[in-house]
Amino acid sequence: MTRSTLFTLAAAGLMSVVACSGSDTKGATDSAAASTPPSAASRGGVDLTGAGATFPYPIYSKWISDYNAKAGIKINYQAIGSGGGIRQLQEGTVDFGASDAPMTDEEMAKAKGGPILHIPTVLGAVVLTYNLPDVTQPLNLSGEIIADIFLGKITKWNDSRIVSLNAGAKLSARDIIVVHRSEGSGTTYIFSEYLTAVSPAWAAGPGKGKELKWPVGLGGRGNDGVSGQVKQTPGTLGYVELAYANQNKLAVAKVRNAAGQFIAPAIASITAAAAGAVEKLPATTDYRVSIVNAPGADAYPISSFTWLLVYQHQANAAKGKKLVDFMKWALTEGEGSAAALDYAPLPASLGAQLLDRLASIQVGTAS
Amino acid sequence: MSEAARPLVTTRQDDTGIAARIEGSAIGDSVYRWMTTAFALCVPVILILIAIGVGEAAWPAFKTFGLGFLTSSDWDPPHNVFGAAPAIYGTIVSSIVALVIATPLALGVAIFLSEFAPPWLRQPVAFLVDLLAAIPSVVYGLWGIFVLQPFLRDRVMPFLAGLPVVGKSALFEGPAYGPSMLGAGLILAIMVLPFISAVSREVLMAVPRSQREAALALGATKWEMIADAVVPYARSGIIGGIILGLGRALGETMAVTMLIGNVHQISASLFAPGYTMASLIANEFAEATGDLHLSALMAVGAVLFVLTLIVNGIARWLVWRVSREARS
Repeated sequence: MTRSTLFTLAAAGLMSVVACSGSDTKGATDSAAASTPPSAASRGGVDLTGAGATFPYPIYSKWISDYNAKAGIKINYQAIGSGGGIRQLQEGTVDFGASDAPMTDEEMAKAKGGPILHIPTVLGAVVLTYNLPDVTQPLNLSGEIIADIFLGKITKWNDSRIVSLNAGAKLSARDIIVVHRSEGSGTTYIFSEYLTAVSPAWAAGPGKGKELKWPVGLGGRGNDGVSGQVKQTPGTLGYVELAYANQNKLAVAKVRNAAGQFIAPAIASITAAAAGAVEKLPATTDYRVSIVNAPGADAYPISSFTWLLVYQHQANAAKGKKLVDFMKWALTEGEGSAAALDYAPLPASLGAQLLDRLASIQVGTAS
Repeated sequence: MSEAARPLVTTRQDDTGIAARIEGSAIGDSVYRWMTTAFALCVPVILILIAIGVGEAAWPAFKTFGLGFLTSSDWDPPHNVFGAAPAIYGTIVSSIVALVIATPLALGVAIFLSEFAPPWLRQPVAFLVDLLAAIPSVVYGLWGIFVLQPFLRDRVMPFLAGLPVVGKSALFEGPAYGPSMLGAGLILAIMVLPFISAVSREVLMAVPRSQREAALALGATKWEMIADAVVPYARSGIIGGIILGLGRALGETMAVTMLIGNVHQISASLFAPGYTMASLIANEFAEATGDLHLSALMAVGAVLFVLTLIVNGIARWLVWRVSREARS
């Protein structure tokens, strides 16, 4: 009798395992499906594999699918997270990596295949979303205020510093409930990089990273976890990716930039941030640059590149050539599909520089 | 194996043929025996390899932080400081909350099904309860976020906080946001309930008829019969079922991550958010690049591994006790 129950339980357990693994591998199957449209070349295997950030996954998957239709090259991109992508590239188990945060010198030194190039592909932004039923116009915030809220120094919505930036908004004595990402993410990295840049107290305290020691607040898993919490609870303030906020019509704050303007996050204001930052780059830059708090009157301050990571010396000549060709295509034609998916395209000046940089990749064993 | 051999013995018309077949099957038997032995050994070998792998990867963190890893509340990846106390505390407390809620419910279900339910109701209800175990945990998590959490925040938490005496205690202190130890414990309770109730039901139904008849013959009411004769007889088995549920609660990841709030803090209040070890690993592993960070996550895994091993050891011991009592 006990046996029959145990069987039932075992069967039930198995079902849930199958169901879970089904949902876990969904991303992988999607990408496999995306990379094999009917017009694919009849070649059996995959030409290139890559792994890394989840943030640019929608645009990369579109590029891969479009490029396959055009050139017949199959690319398999696994959105396993920036950290996982970096680890796999270091080991040489993938042909390219992708990350929302540039690799550190320490991480670069551990790569088995030599020097790594950072190639920016598109831009993303982190936006502040809030739930204040009485506030109708977009909230104005500054970097120092955001930092102090996330440090727990400002705890009420009617704090005089918030009120002074939002004349006419109905801000009550409601508690500010901070919501942050619970899991390691590039979004947290960009957000904390910005707070580190604008607030000495934040730089001395939590600092920047993909996971932090948060002084206050609740952790939500993923963009949907954070925005779900914000939507449900009045008085909350959280941060999510711009694309996610746009697609879900979230209330989004304007943030004061380095030029003192309050800027709403949008494709144009993010590209403007990149343009402002890129002007100051030396010709020899490795593109591991931060564009938070960028100069420029129209620049949205919490913006960032996302990068493809490739080895400068491509030992396998055939693969190396395909990879370079794909990236050239992505940085020219590919950029055109960015805005439709809520990513900001690179400024035109940068695109030209990057094509030169791609030419420096050495293909084949001669090095 | 003895069952498989039986047909050979019964077909006893032709001695020589039987001898040949017995000889042939002796080789088959030994091949079969070595194969099954190898399969059986695979499992402990894998377990040992996992323990070695996790232990090795966790070693740098244990070496750096020592016992402080278990007692410190600092989890600060950018500064390479790691202490898992809040996650250990949260794992244990959320599991205890789950058991406190699930055990009476599961026992009630089990007693009803084994003692009171008419036969036409018994199978469907038992099946539906068992089916709870088949729902993927991410579905529980979603339901928790969109249904359970708002309900807890708007109804249950104000009610609990408004109770006399208990409501003023540290258990129900602080603002009710939704993500909380209580929410995580409640979702865990629903998830472990089928495990506890299924095991308890089978154990109760295995109580010998004579035990019940003896109690009734002594003039016990039905309730007294259940409370004094049936449940005590099945006690060890029921405890085993609870421990199985505890093991599941300790390791549950997705649903808890979605509801617990994921904050590294130790708070007596059930309204406050917390963290669990399984959530911590699931949350941070994908983006962890620092060596010490990875090692610290592995160390959390090692602690969880040891904790669940202990729980499973207790379950084995209880099962052993039950079978010994049944024999004597």
